[in-house]
Amino acid sequence: MTNSKQPLSKKEIPSLYPAKTKMQVTVIFFVVLAMYLYSMISTQQQMTSGFGNALSNMGQVIEKFFPPNPSVIMPILPAIIETIQMAIIATTVAALFTVPLSLLAARNITTVKPLYYISRTFLNILRTIPDLVLAVIFVGLFGIGVFPGILALIVFSIGILAKLISETIEAVDMNPLEAMRASGGNVFQVIWYALVPQVLPQFTSLVLYVFEINIRASLVLGLVGAGGIGLILNQQLQFYNYPNAMMIIIVIFVVVIIIEYISTKIREALL
Amino acid sequence: MENKNLSLPPKPKNSLAKKVRNIIIAILVIAMYIWTFVTIDVDWGRAIERAINNFQRVIPELFSPDWSALSDVSGSMLETIFIAFAGSLMAAVIAVPLSFIAARNMMGGKITSVIGKFFLSAVRAFPEIILAILFVVAVGPNAFAGVLAIAIGSTGMLGKMFSEIIESIDMQVIEAMEASGANKVQILFHGVLPQIIPEFLSYAIYRFEVDIRASSILGIVGAGGIGTMIMFASSNRNWNEMGMILLAIIVVVTIIDFASARIRRKIV
Repeated sequence: MTNSKQPLSKKEIPSLYPAKTKMQVTVIFFVVLAMYLYSMISTQQQMTSGFGNALSNMGQVIEKFFPPNPSVIMPILPAIIETIQMAIIATTVAALFTVPLSLLAARNITTVKPLYYISRTFLNILRTIPDLVLAVIFVGLFGIGVFPGILALIVFSIGILAKLISETIEAVDMNPLEAMRASGGNVFQVIWYALVPQVLPQFTSLVLYVFEINIRASLVLGLVGAGGIGLILNQQLQFYNYPNAMMIIIVIFVVVIIIEYISTKIREALL
Repeated sequence: MENKNLSLPPKPKNSLAKKVRNIIIAILVIAMYIWTFVTIDVDWGRAIERAINNFQRVIPELFSPDWSALSDVSGSMLETIFIAFAGSLMAAVIAVPLSFIAARNMMGGKITSVIGKFFLSAVRAFPEIILAILFVVAVGPNAFAGVLAIAIGSTGMLGKMFSEIIESIDMQVIEAMEASGANKVQILFHGVLPQIIPEFLSYAIYRFEVDIRASSILGIVGAGGIGTMIMFASSNRNWNEMGMILLAIIVVVTIIDFASARIRRKIV
């Protein structure tokens, strides 16, 4: 950009973007900024002095949490295993329930429009409720323990899984299905021989993905009394036993990374 | 079916190694299930007994929300939205430089990319609520702890998504600019940014959607928002109020999902 040799001065170069777009972008930018400032002010109202205080507190917190206490690893292993088992059971049951639901929520299989919309809406509502809220309700219903945790995970994962799988079903090649229908296959034959082979790899991959999500979710369900490692974490925090809590958090971290790594590898092999 | 073109392709032969592998996988999966169901400690009797006792007290109440709590609930819900908004905007800003470090085709070396990616996935491994616990200890039990937890939690996912977007851009544009003598800043503003901004925005808005859901539970560990009310309602066994809270969450999340889907479709 050597200005002296430039044939056009800056004003003469027409802008790449029309003036209206520029105006819109500017307005949106300022609206977003204003909303941000307002939310920061209203979420920080309880604080005396904003960021500076927070950062200086961070130093103290790191001192409180470190060094983590490694002697808690052995006692918490059963809870970790329980957590993983919760995720295994929940993912399996959810995968079973998902099959009919995702077929109902796929536009190309469920040709009855009202049925399709009802199942879609049901799944959408299911997905809006956070897992921990479900856990709170199930703990109220069934008492403290592993069972409400598993139920919460099942309901929560059905929402995600059914949506993802119904989208996969909607994207399949419809020609084999039509061919089978034309040659007289009934609904179940069409689904079993034309649809299942097409979606099975994705189905397995998505179930593994939801298993990953469930592991992560089940690790914290104990915070509200729904079994697993979170219960112990909550106890340690209530006793202000921060080194132990930090060790538990590190173990959670390691477990998540390992499971995620294994699941990613399997999913890469599948697809 | 005598026509050659219509005959089916030969069935693929399953080699012995593949069969053995499949059998081993099947045995492993079955063993995992047996192990799980045998060792897990679920007190079915007690759970069913409690469910029968509580059913009448809980379920009908949940479906008859307590409208008198509407003003309290909407106040908390508003705070939840603020937490999610401030948190995801912070994350979107922090994630940009991190994603440039983690993208393989920017910032030169492969080493920075590996380090950046590792850092981002390390951040992603922490559930938001665990981060919230840490921040509640750091800045006290208030909404700001929630904002920080959401900000850090979202940075991992957004950074990863952003870096994947950067890796998929058309590098020919950048090469052409380099060849005609543009400097790094010019390449960034005229070659890279126009290609990535729409997708960046789309993911940031999607993340806001996710964060609304995440921030509604942070109050369970004291980090502000509607979660605080969830905790009180459940410890007081006030299921009418819980029903109202649920209703509020469902309505707000649905509206934001819908709006965000509309906006994202417009952008990309």
